[in-house]
Amino acid sequence: MTSQSALNHNSLQSILAEVKDVSNEDIRDEIVSNIYDKSKSLCKKVISEKQSELYRSDKLDDIFTSRIWGFPIMLVMLGTIFYITIAGANVPSEMIASLFGYLETQLTSLFEALHAPEWLHGILVLGLFRGTGWVISVMLPPMAIFFPIFALLENYGYLPRVAFNMDRLFKRAGGHGKQSLTMAMGFGCNAAAILSTRIIESPRERMLAILTNNFVPCNGRWPTLILLASLFMVTGFTGATGTLLTAAILMGFVMLGIVVTLTVSWTLSKTALKGVPTHYTLELPPFRRPKFWNTIIRASIDKAWNVLKRAVIVAAPASILTWVFANIYIGTTSILMHFVNFLEPFGHALGMDGFIMAAFILGLPANEIVIPILIMAYLSQGAMLEIEDLSRLKQVFIDQGWTWLTALNMMLFSLLHFPCGTTLVNIYKETKSAKWTFMSFLIPTVIAIGVTWLIATVVRAFGLV
Amino acid sequence: MRANTIALAGNPNTGKSTLFNTLTGLKQHTGNWPGKTVIHAEGSFEYNGEQYVLVDLPGTYSLFSNSTDEEVARDYIIFDQPDATIVVLDATSLERNLNLALQVLEMTNNVIICINLIDEAEKKGIRIDEKKLSRELGIPVVKISARNKKGIDQLLATLSDLVNGKIMTTPYRMTYSQEIEDAITKIESKLKVYFQDTYPSRWLALRLLDGDEELILKLQHHNNNRQLEVKTHDVPISVKS
Repeated sequence: MTSQSALNHNSLQSILAEVKDVSNEDIRDEIVSNIYDKSKSLCKKVISEKQSELYRSDKLDDIFTSRIWGFPIMLVMLGTIFYITIAGANVPSEMIASLFGYLETQLTSLFEALHAPEWLHGILVLGLFRGTGWVISVMLPPMAIFFPIFALLENYGYLPRVAFNMDRLFKRAGGHGKQSLTMAMGFGCNAAAILSTRIIESPRERMLAILTNNFVPCNGRWPTLILLASLFMVTGFTGATGTLLTAAILMGFVMLGIVVTLTVSWTLSKTALKGVPTHYTLELPPFRRPKFWNTIIRASIDKAWNVLKRAVIVAAPASILTWVFANIYIGTTSILMHFVNFLEPFGHALGMDGFIMAAFILGLPANEIVIPILIMAYLSQGAMLEIEDLSRLKQVFIDQGWTWLTALNMMLFSLLHFPCGTTLVNIYKETKSAKWTFMSFLIPTVIAIGVTWLIATVVRAFGLV
Repeated sequence: MRANTIALAGNPNTGKSTLFNTLTGLKQHTGNWPGKTVIHAEGSFEYNGEQYVLVDLPGTYSLFSNSTDEEVARDYIIFDQPDATIVVLDATSLERNLNLALQVLEMTNNVIICINLIDEAEKKGIRIDEKKLSRELGIPVVKISARNKKGIDQLLATLSDLVNGKIMTTPYRMTYSQEIEDAITKIESKLKVYFQDTYPSRWLALRLLDGDEELILKLQHHNNNRQLEVKTHDVPISVKS
């Protein structure tokens, strides 16, 4: 390698100095766009084709990636997806929930008829069955609606346009346009999205994408956000208006996630991950009509299967464990309550409570089980009540002293907090670095604590709750 | 007799490797580029009693040295200065592929454009006027289908004419805004004093303006070694970096 000291010729140095003098930062953009324009004009001259398909794509791209319309269209699309998801998921969610409620009563009478011991009924029915039932009824319907729509957009060729639009923002933040694609994957599952960062060739930008992926709410966190938004944020509105507002709130949270992603990317690329953003080619494949039903069925079955699998593998053991913790007493207090009491001051400072903190910590293996653990912990305390009706849940929360601040901060904490265990394992596998894996845990956690603490402090100072 | 070295450039998935295999058959050996984890494939063939060495450059979308692949491809064209560079383009997405061709034309004079997958394009109703393209760019353009071995003879004949000086090229050079052009002129004249005509000074000026300072160190290093070799042997020889 030649070192800087080799450059001792005055002439070369004066050339470099002169270069610095006359160059500007946007020169690459200008060079590239000149080359693209030339290619385009050459093609107009030498190609004659029945270019209906390509031509149509170009026309559409003028709209979808336009500087003016690109972002509004993206927002409207995202909002529409949320609206359809929430509106469509309500009914099947209630149906599945009441089905599980009915089955639970039947199971309970069966256990009574068999004179089964109380603890067995507790573990199996109140722990395992209720926990998994909850995960399935709350998560399955929205995921079975959200992902097919997403898959359709992907197969139509819209997602690469999203990357193209977002590229401008990411470039400013020192990242890579493809980071927005890995973020889109994150809507499904952050752990899978970590693997998808392989599409980013340069190591620096890839690390940024890995470290910030968690700020996109995943499969496991959507239900928490949807549930709390519809229970606490849109009170007083019902029907379509309520759904619309819930969708708007979710949009707000996604936006916040994006803002945090960009801010963290920018900060990192100014500090720990310094470097010049690399240039790259984003391909925009032609828009094409996908096999509509094929896409929908494949995506919904895939997701449904994944949710069920995770419900059984992760949620079931965690549900049992939580029930056991909640029902084994040391002195007059259960293990769970010892833990909760220990976390209470911390939770209170963040505008939440010890139960919520405990649920987030016990939920490390999978975000799906945070809400089930929380409910189980609340219910184990006093009045046993079956959750047949989702709206009765709100009463449970309010009885525990919840306010809109609790709900808001829990949503924020859910959006911003540490990635789940599977994601952390994947980050370690991909980066082979304990340091960066720890950073990917630390950065979100610090941000989550900081943001919720700040909000709680400000809200309380102004006496808003 | 010295073999002609020919570089094969192109976007990924343009059938570049198919062409490479068609031309060289089994006479190839692969390894890594020195110090890089990028596959280096080199093969040889004979045409009209002349020897050719064909170097398959990594498939890239541009030559701005964003990635190791692009750096390897760029360095080969600049430092090893092959006798000719064949740029393989995909006829079905010519516009995107031409971006790379235009960049190669900024770097070297001896370029042949080889439009591959021509039968696939015709099936899709895309017709390309290669004569017009050749006039526009000032270099030979050949249409082929490497998979069906169509147009290979014409490609080889053109290649032979080019390396033997029977075809004179007048490559199209990109022009930029007045501001950039002024800057290029300023830097280029200084570079010429230093490197004479060893390297394409206009291209070099543009790369420096684009902020590629590493390149000038590489060039200086390469140039010093070259002068050293020239002095020791007192005859110009082919230079490997």
